[in-house]
Amino acid sequence: MSAATETALGLTERTGVGARLAKFVVYTGLFAVFAGPLLTLLVGSFNHVSDPTQLSVVPRTPTLDNFRIAFDHGVLRYLLNSFFVVGFGLLLQVAVSVLAGYALARKVFPLMTLVMVAILATMMLPEEILALPLTLVLADLPLVHVNLMGTLAGMIVPLGAWAFSILVMTEFMKDVPRELEEAARIDGAGELRIFAQIILPLCKPALGVIGVFGFTMIWDQYLLPLLVAQNSSAYTLPLALRTLRIDPAVTPGVVLAASLLALLPSVLVFLFFQRSFARGLTSGALKG
Amino acid sequence: MSVREAARVTVPAHVAPAATPRRGQRRRSGQWWVPWLFLAPALVLFVYFKFIPMAQAIGMSVQDVRPYLGNTWVGGANYAEVLGSDGFRSAAWNTVVLAVGQTAGSMILGFCLALLVEGQTRKLTFIRSAAFLPVVVPLAVTAELWRIMYHPTGDGLINQVIGLVGLGPSGFINDPHTSLASIAVTGIWRGAPYDMMIFLAGLAGIDRGLYEAATVDGASTRQRIRHVTLPGLRPVFAILFVLAAVRGFRTFTEVFLLTNGGPNGSTEVVMTLIYKLGLEQSRLGVGSAGAVLLFAATLVLTVCVQLLRRRRSA
Repeated sequence: MSAATETALGLTERTGVGARLAKFVVYTGLFAVFAGPLLTLLVGSFNHVSDPTQLSVVPRTPTLDNFRIAFDHGVLRYLLNSFFVVGFGLLLQVAVSVLAGYALARKVFPLMTLVMVAILATMMLPEEILALPLTLVLADLPLVHVNLMGTLAGMIVPLGAWAFSILVMTEFMKDVPRELEEAARIDGAGELRIFAQIILPLCKPALGVIGVFGFTMIWDQYLLPLLVAQNSSAYTLPLALRTLRIDPAVTPGVVLAASLLALLPSVLVFLFFQRSFARGLTSGALKG
Repeated sequence: MSVREAARVTVPAHVAPAATPRRGQRRRSGQWWVPWLFLAPALVLFVYFKFIPMAQAIGMSVQDVRPYLGNTWVGGANYAEVLGSDGFRSAAWNTVVLAVGQTAGSMILGFCLALLVEGQTRKLTFIRSAAFLPVVVPLAVTAELWRIMYHPTGDGLINQVIGLVGLGPSGFINDPHTSLASIAVTGIWRGAPYDMMIFLAGLAGIDRGLYEAATVDGASTRQRIRHVTLPGLRPVFAILFVLAAVRGFRTFTEVFLLTNGGPNGSTEVVMTLIYKLGLEQSRLGVGSAGAVLLFAATLVLTVCVQLLRRRRSA
């Protein structure tokens, strides 16, 4: 089979000088459009020019001043808040999803379908729409009457309920052969042991998927922290960007420097775990 | 290593066959409360942060919500007010325009991108990753970055670029005529790579033999795309369309940060309006009615996804 039949456009086949040039131009254009703004961000944050709306490919006078000023405005604190929220939020979300996935995939019990449907139904329920009542719930948790408004905990606890992660775990755990579980049971292993030592270790790829997805989703959270944080001491870094920008003493370069810090963690996670990411995308969109 | 391979390695051959006939007993083994114990954390969190807020949204939407004074039942009055107000109608219209523009833009661009970067060479993998980066950039960062790039004077970054071909300078998000389109462009920049990834997964599922057959029959590239690629991707198109439309309906962060509804209400969308009603004017009842209406619209679209999916798997 010739290479021309491999892809829809058969681009790999054409090797003439004209075709090569055309391909080079097209791919450079793609790169410019999608990576270009991010390069602007990178360059602008190191650029000394007071107005980084100016076009430049390399910083004219490279400097770390933008970062220094950003740190003077408390960016370190916002960054730590963000790490705190993403750390504990992800931990909670993964723990909840793994436990629920185990019950839904490996057990048969009355009302199981109802539970599954109820959890999946929340995927149609964008959190934006629940924003207003969620603030009321967080201000006075029913039954226990705790007020989580203004606290980082208020931004973390709701993150535990994420149907996507439960769905991925359930689907994956269903594929673990029954025989393994039976064998362990015969050997006298208890429920927790089967869960922790047999099923969970076999689900590492799925843990990668929900870990990477959970991280980027939580890092991207905006509305929930916006509603919960009542003053800047509880702001996460994405929220703080707006506060920085509104400050008349702050130049765009400083906003870009803080943006770079807000962007780096999710880009790094994506670059390191690309494979898990691609798997999560397709399982979420096509299979889910 | 896949799960099945792992299992094959770990299970001693003499154990597995003995265990299989016991399938009937498995259901009875363990106590009835074991699955509920594992489900408990999820159930508590879903009840607290999904179901109670949902019930409360519906409850508030038919009440006049007055903190500390007690709520009073007003029936459909909140809905009537929402549906009757010019502000909400124009916000709903802007939301639909934005959703349609972003959905169409990202899908068309995403499809073209997917065709261009389909393939296995290392160079293409690099370009794919670079093109995908916008998706993982936090929305707040995307908005601040584009805000700076949209700088409305001639020395703004995009104004300089379009100045090279003799256009502009444009006011972008500061001009009521271009503000909504500018937000849509930002959304397309972030949405197209996502759609590209999904299309790539769909393209990988197309039978290579069909391309070969088409080429042997003398089909041009355009004919191959029209008669082989597009029909093969039809389910992907349908699902992406509805997912993107739902995403468009709930747009909040980009608009909030880029224009916050301005200039002159030209970019007000339903979510920014609900935010203002609920948090700035403390009109929780009216805001909730708007949210419930938005949910109804989302639900209709999501039901469409489910029907499409079912038809595909049937």
